[in-house]
Amino acid sequence: MPPSPPPIQATKQMKKLMAGHFLGLDQASREGRPKVAWCTSVGPAELLHAMGFDVYYPENHGALLGATRLATEMIPMANAAGYSPDICSYLTADIGAFLKGVTPLTQAYGIEAVPKADVLVFNTNQCRDVEDWFAFYARHWNIPLLGVRTHRGVGEVKPHYIADVVSQFKDMIPTLEKVSGNKFDIDRLREVVRLSKECTRRWRQVLELAAQRPTPMSFFDHTIHMAPAVVLRGKQEAVDYYDLLLAELEQRVAEGVAAVPGERHRLYWEGMPVWGRLRMLSESLTNLGAAVVASTYCNSWIFDAFDPASPFESMARAYLELFIVRDDDYKERYISDWAERFGIEGIIFHDAKTCPNNSNNRYAMPQRLAKKLGIATLTINGDLNDLRCFSDEQAKTNIEAFVEQLEEKAA
Amino acid sequence: MTVAGGIDIGASATKVALLNERGDLLGSAVLRSGVDFALSASRGLDQALKEAGLEPHQVRVIFTCGYGRNNVPFAHQTRTEIAAHATGAFRHFPQALTVIDIGGQDNKIIKVDASGRRTSFKMNRKCAAGTGAFLEEMALRLDLELKHFDSLARRAEDEAILGSYCTVFTGSEVLSKIREGVAVEALIKGLFRSVVKRVLEMDVMEGQVVMTGGVVAHNPYLAEMMQEALGQPVLVPPRPQLTGAEGAAWLALKSLQQGNRAPGADQQRPDDDLTG
Repeated sequence: MPPSPPPIQATKQMKKLMAGHFLGLDQASREGRPKVAWCTSVGPAELLHAMGFDVYYPENHGALLGATRLATEMIPMANAAGYSPDICSYLTADIGAFLKGVTPLTQAYGIEAVPKADVLVFNTNQCRDVEDWFAFYARHWNIPLLGVRTHRGVGEVKPHYIADVVSQFKDMIPTLEKVSGNKFDIDRLREVVRLSKECTRRWRQVLELAAQRPTPMSFFDHTIHMAPAVVLRGKQEAVDYYDLLLAELEQRVAEGVAAVPGERHRLYWEGMPVWGRLRMLSESLTNLGAAVVASTYCNSWIFDAFDPASPFESMARAYLELFIVRDDDYKERYISDWAERFGIEGIIFHDAKTCPNNSNNRYAMPQRLAKKLGIATLTINGDLNDLRCFSDEQAKTNIEAFVEQLEEKAA
Repeated sequence: MTVAGGIDIGASATKVALLNERGDLLGSAVLRSGVDFALSASRGLDQALKEAGLEPHQVRVIFTCGYGRNNVPFAHQTRTEIAAHATGAFRHFPQALTVIDIGGQDNKIIKVDASGRRTSFKMNRKCAAGTGAFLEEMALRLDLELKHFDSLARRAEDEAILGSYCTVFTGSEVLSKIREGVAVEALIKGLFRSVVKRVLEMDVMEGQVVMTGGVVAHNPYLAEMMQEALGQPVLVPPRPQLTGAEGAAWLALKSLQQGNRAPGADQQRPDDDLTG
């Protein structure tokens, strides 16, 4: 087994930030101030921060349920309550855990329950499931459910799409003012958008450092270190965190520290992580000298469009430009670009049983990209959270055979 | 004489092949994998040695493949069953191939180019449809022995249409066909058709098609039905169930010939010197 690379020191600071985030939300929930807004991960978080809400991201909680492997125990609770095992397993894990009165935040931070929402704000740019998910809580707590219904399968991001999304953002303001007790302030929004832009710019730099050979950080590290970009964007502490991480990564690059010691192959991960099997997958690939250096998933928190000069329009563009919102032609161009810039030899597609919108293997994209790029592709069947849909043996054999194939090609 | 061994520890059966330096099969064994993969591998190796008239020390190198490939302490290296089947098939038919391996628990479609290099592979999803396990389940439902399936399917004058790709749903369909009075021969042929369809759904067949694995070994009529479905000849190696084991042995032999002296196994069998 190859030696492990030195741990990333910035992780300690990230853990501190995450603890602060959850403890702050817990306090807000208990004291009723500031008001708590739940937001989908690529929803209009900037608007909520600008209105003075503490923002909680249930998808992050879903991923925590997955990573702690509590999800597979909780999902059946939601299934029994009528939520199909075929729909989003973030949703079923989260609702199942809520029904059971369980949260991984208890063990991690001593928090009894997820923070109660005062308002729920979704964006269907990812999928319809987020709306259904939040609707459960809206009914349960009898609180306002607001949202943006984004166009899907977008090729070119046209002005009328942006105008529509902007008007949907603005429609929310009266309710957000009522719930928060604060007046909307455009300058406050500009500042939050500026901070989000600073955060996302640095997150892009973190991801792009993986183009170095050897990569100082792998996809599996990215899935951990993206947390501030997901839950703290719009705040100065996220910007500061990525400055710290970038300095360390640049040092690793200068010293040739490899995330995968003896890196021989460079891969792209397409689709959701398998949260409960990150370590197994990471170790299997590391032992084979294969580094996953890029992924669509971790790139999803790059929002190049943010512009404090036109906060609403740039937010609309940023949330419409996302990979998951786009048509397949765009997606293929996007993956091809990253594959070429990162020296990718193979793409692993994760066909997540409960996440059709983020499983891009289902309309023959692996076949088209293999032909276009002349690289190998592999599809692994699994799920983001529901380990009933995942076989360790199948995944390991597939990965091992895939790397064998790359070695044969290289020989 | 240089002898190399390949052991394919599959979900259902363990297969052993011993090859000399020319690749001739000297001895082989097929036995159930059971719950102790190391023991099955060891017993299989003993049987193959006995058949070949060889002593354990004459086997210079052993590669394993299959689900139990990492459970054999006396193996020198492992390969995936995908590599082993591709190699095993190409050895018999050196040309661009699509290899269909129907195993006890999974199916594989492996493509190799004219030089024998793999270009792609696919395994079935986590579902028993179209695998040996599907036929085993149906044998239970029909209260028939699996070994009679091939001759029954051949005798069929008609063919039951079974539409589902779920093994459990197919079981229900089979029960309703029985109630309708459909002949058992027609049912078995329908089940074989279901296997053929599941395989053809997995990937596009390109170049010469070869079928390997235990299911085809015991049910050669499946290869004939596949040939008919594809409208092109389908080749089957002489001992299709041994393809993976032969491929693993051949890879072991190549490794030796390339100067990689048998790399150290984690642990040799207590009474044998396999690297001797």
